[in-house]
Amino acid sequence: MSIKGQAYVMGAYEHPTRDAPDKTTAQLHAECARGALDDAGLSFDDVDAYFCAGDAPGFGAMSMIDYMGLRNIRHMDTTETGGSSYLVHLGHAAQAIAAGKCQVALITLAGRPRNGGNRPGAGGGGRAPTGLSDGAPEAGFESIYGGSTHNTYGMCAMRHMYEYGTTSEQLAWIKVAASHHAQWNAHAFLKNVVTVEEVVNSRMIADPLHLLDCCVVTDGGGAVVVTSPQVARSLKRPKVRVLGAGEAPKVQQGGRGLDLTYSGAVWSGPRAFEEAGVTPADIKYVSIYDSFTITVLMQLEDLGFCKKGEGGRFVADGNLISGVGKLPFNTDGGGLCNNHPTNRGGMTKIIEAVRQARGEAHPKVQVPSCDLVLAHGTGGSLGVRHGSATVILEREA
Amino acid sequence: MSDTQEAPALMSRPLPAPAVTLESKPFFDAAAEGRFLIKRCTACGEAHWYPRSVCPHCHSPETVWEESPGTGVIYTYSVMWRSPTGPYAIGYVTLDEGPAMLTNFVDVAPDGLSIGMRVKVKFQPTEGGPPAPVFAPA
Repeated sequence: MSIKGQAYVMGAYEHPTRDAPDKTTAQLHAECARGALDDAGLSFDDVDAYFCAGDAPGFGAMSMIDYMGLRNIRHMDTTETGGSSYLVHLGHAAQAIAAGKCQVALITLAGRPRNGGNRPGAGGGGRAPTGLSDGAPEAGFESIYGGSTHNTYGMCAMRHMYEYGTTSEQLAWIKVAASHHAQWNAHAFLKNVVTVEEVVNSRMIADPLHLLDCCVVTDGGGAVVVTSPQVARSLKRPKVRVLGAGEAPKVQQGGRGLDLTYSGAVWSGPRAFEEAGVTPADIKYVSIYDSFTITVLMQLEDLGFCKKGEGGRFVADGNLISGVGKLPFNTDGGGLCNNHPTNRGGMTKIIEAVRQARGEAHPKVQVPSCDLVLAHGTGGSLGVRHGSATVILEREA
Repeated sequence: MSDTQEAPALMSRPLPAPAVTLESKPFFDAAAEGRFLIKRCTACGEAHWYPRSVCPHCHSPETVWEESPGTGVIYTYSVMWRSPTGPYAIGYVTLDEGPAMLTNFVDVAPDGLSIGMRVKVKFQPTEGGPPAPVFAPA
């Protein structure tokens, strides 16, 4: 497949300003977006892919998606190559469109070097009022409140318990399952098997999450190599092919209808399943991002492994333990027990899913005939804004 | 850093200075006068949070400041116990105008919070910046 002739540049807009003392960089991004969409005859709601680089303030693409009120995004790209980023983005957008990942991609650039640049706390470099920030537009309304992963995920757990009756004991089963797997992993940071009682009696970190509801903090890393079918055939390793992938941001949408009981997996999951042509019932093993126990529970619901609100009952009684339950998860011990390198668990989720699909997981946790696996992650915070991504992999017979 | 498990009677937490932008300056200027502002779009009529110049609902640039009584209910919360300054509560308030906003809950004991509780804004000094909104039981 080539991008040749598969994508069109249908909107283009150059902002008329050359000196913007009275506008934020976020505002300029939005004005540029509007200009290009108006030129094309499209609306913000038509946009299903967003591309930005390091000039966009905030958290990857997430802050600007939130700021601009983009609510139909299914593809994101924040590749940064300095001033050439937007040319890279155009090529990537064409690839994404050719692959059917999106239909309307928005690429924005904006900044105010004459007025202090894009730095948080900047503003003194030009005629703009001094002492003002031009950083993430949400920062002044969020970062002062002591939000951490612990307490923002705690807020999700608190609401989930309130709406669905989920209990600390049910959440604890997720840690128990991870610990059962970690005992076989020689590299696991925590190898001891724990009980539900030990989890719920560990000290409270951020209500209702206890110490043992939290993942480990570890140094380390990982990498994967993705090849063409032709290269794959020339190599001597088991062939694990990508069947489908989906992604989605979940942002605050102006605070309207805030619902912290679900994640972006409600969008990224179905996109991956649709592309793969499989259903949750077909999946033999799942790697599920496990920054906290509640993270796993919500994502399992959102991916369709059980109904919304029934996650507590689904994870209880060892249902996630390999060889015991119906849905073996994180057989390396996951982020909860094994590894969460540099607080970014997505890489290790892919790696254990590949081990399972290859049949190379530890024999004590290897899922029999494990030909179809899923890896899913959430980055940022479930309780504030985050990016969700789901991939489905298959071992080629 | 020490971990604290003893709950004081009422929670409070020192606030760092908020990052004020050109777009948020009117909010924090009003906060210094004890007034709580939200933004509403004159094109679609909807209020939003956090305040911005572009309506996140209909994308119109026609947003205006509106004074709010700063009342609402707790949507969710979490008391953070792993804190060198003592436990504090973060959470979301659903304002009576509709939008939900992130905040801290103060003047309340850790076990005194509940989802659905009515709360009202108050302004708390920050470390070297303008006062910022926190919420206390109404």
